[in-house]
Amino acid sequence: MSPVKKAGSVKKSRSAKKSSSAKNKRVPAKRGRGKSRIVLLGPQSRVVTAGEVVADLWPKGRIATITAGWQEREPEDEELNAVLGGRTDNLRLYGRAEAAAAADPELGQAHRSLQTSLKLLRRAYNLRLSKLMDTWAALQVMRGDPALLDPERAAALETVRQLDASHIDRITDLRAEFFERWQPGGRDAIAEQCAEIEEQLADASAVAIAGGHIAVLLNRLRIFGLDRLLANMPVIAWSAGAMALAGTVVLFHDHPPQGPGHAEAFDRGLGLFSDLIPLPDGSRRLALDDAARTGRLARRFAPARCVLLDDGSLLERTRGKWRAGETTRRITPEGTAVEVAA
Amino acid sequence: MRQLVHVHDHAPPAIIEELIRAHGLGPAGVDAFIEEHEFPIVDGRSCTFVFRGDADQVRLRHWIFGLPSSQPFQWLSGTDLWYLTVEFPEGSRVEYKLEVTHHGDTRWIQDPLNPQLARDPFGANSVCHAAGYEIPDWIHHDPEAREGTLEDRTLWSEALGEERRTTIYLPARYRSSRRYPLLVVHDGPDYLQFAGVKIVLDNLIHRLEIPSIVVALTHPHERLREYASYEAHADYITGELVPHLESELPLQGTPEGRGLMGASFGAVAAFSNAVRNPGFYSRLLLQSGSFAFSDIGDHERGPLFDPVVEFMNRYREDPISVTRKLFMSCGMYESLIYENRSLVPVLSSTGMDVRYVESRDGHNWENWRDRLREGLSWLFPGPLWMVYE
Repeated sequence: MSPVKKAGSVKKSRSAKKSSSAKNKRVPAKRGRGKSRIVLLGPQSRVVTAGEVVADLWPKGRIATITAGWQEREPEDEELNAVLGGRTDNLRLYGRAEAAAAADPELGQAHRSLQTSLKLLRRAYNLRLSKLMDTWAALQVMRGDPALLDPERAAALETVRQLDASHIDRITDLRAEFFERWQPGGRDAIAEQCAEIEEQLADASAVAIAGGHIAVLLNRLRIFGLDRLLANMPVIAWSAGAMALAGTVVLFHDHPPQGPGHAEAFDRGLGLFSDLIPLPDGSRRLALDDAARTGRLARRFAPARCVLLDDGSLLERTRGKWRAGETTRRITPEGTAVEVAA
Repeated sequence: MRQLVHVHDHAPPAIIEELIRAHGLGPAGVDAFIEEHEFPIVDGRSCTFVFRGDADQVRLRHWIFGLPSSQPFQWLSGTDLWYLTVEFPEGSRVEYKLEVTHHGDTRWIQDPLNPQLARDPFGANSVCHAAGYEIPDWIHHDPEAREGTLEDRTLWSEALGEERRTTIYLPARYRSSRRYPLLVVHDGPDYLQFAGVKIVLDNLIHRLEIPSIVVALTHPHERLREYASYEAHADYITGELVPHLESELPLQGTPEGRGLMGASFGAVAAFSNAVRNPGFYSRLLLQSGSFAFSDIGDHERGPLFDPVVEFMNRYREDPISVTRKLFMSCGMYESLIYENRSLVPVLSSTGMDVRYVESRDGHNWENWRDRLREGLSWLFPGPLWMVYE
């Protein structure tokens, strides 16, 4: 079963009902293929809103879908197809990547090697991050003259931000070396797939990107050049799909079984926007009752706004401006969750 | 560590004084008192057990190592009420029964005033949840969690010379196109029945705290013999069952993708199997292992433990690394706490990645259930940082 349940198959919670339609009515928009219209939604597993939005914004034409984040369940998109009006065309990026790796084992091996290197860098980054975040948190609660301590706190934050930036630069460089050396787009195994994808996109009114495994999704988007192809396409995305579109992909979870870690600056996303950090299911995954912790998250990634994409959330960007559903919330530097408009 | 303290004074505890003050000692007053409270009455560290009924003597029977296993209740004169206050450290979970003697007849019964029961292969005990203990939310059925399935398989074992049954847990959204890790569990039916392991697996997988995993819940025949470092049983598990499953199911088939788990004698079976097959399993989960040993002279645990002690003494003399990650847990109120604590530095000295946790609980299935999240998610970390659905 795919992660998307049929509309109406799940009883909506009070808050979800409130936020899913009436409160989140969009401004009237030009129908059809728009310029870089981006719609971000909350998770679709409990409260389904994608169908309504797609029917409203793109009532005609095919909807190209990307379910690569579901990995081997990528083809099991019957429910998603039904939700989106039975007119989806799955780009099958996961399956295409598997086929390409089989057809071009040298490239497949090189890509796996890249992933191994990225994992090692991630471990090293987390080791450093853990110390810096603990230091910053300790400084926040240290008692003493603010005139003396505030600059220390600011410096601790800056150190964390520098680490985040340098980590992302390292992995960006590593990946650039891979693309430079292997030129995947110029290799038959990838080029053939890319041509088919471009054909599919040419017929599509919009692209819908579902959630799932963010690293798997991002890898597939990049290897087939979707960063370029999506730049001028209307896109609707949720969960990991929304994260993948951002300038920075931030991993987060405050309730893991081995104790809370620290949110990670994981990677660059496709960069369709850089002024928001999407936090899917944020109200569940974050310890919002810990204002100091949540505030650190918001301040760390400012000026980008950390937005909670919860059930029923909606963000829509047209002509470079965001509009949010009334119940869609962001995190303030003080660590409170407020409506995005606030 | 603070020790358990039995309150010996004969003055009624505050809660009983409250009864006397508020309601009087007549039957109606006792009725009202019973109606108003949940039992045992937990007030900070104090847990007051109450029995109401005709009796000549009432005693608390429990399995807390270090406390007298039988403790007398006080009779509240003029009533049919008996009480006993015991102090338990925060976070304690205590299984118990009441021993009631009446007209020369002595019976062990569940606490009639306490609906909390813990079941085990011998029946069910009443449970006292001391202050700070919370029943984990992940042991309950979660309607959002997709359910895995159970299917029984049998396999003829050359090593054991008989057919053996295994219940296979297949995770929700099981696909033959994937490659799953395998966890082999000893005392499979007991883990299913008394530790609710299927619901636990469903929930932990749903929460992405562990990966989708195939679990082989093995059925023992004579567990005290088979699990006591018995070579034929290890040959069956490692030489027959695991290869069979890896040929039949989409399993990873590498040491990194294999784990062994067991509790009590089942932990001995898991550990001794790993010692016989170093490197074959990369993850061990050992709960309240019956790791009896003797530094000098004979042990005092009876002949069933002879092969265990022989094995453990041999291992302690020449410890070797047998797995990559090893998670151990033990209850502080178990007689085995000494053996388990003693084993940790020995294991760690070999270079294995060892994590050891203790709980204020006894040698029972709900203790083992309560440690599953921590143990499984440490041994088999799930993709919760990476997956956003």
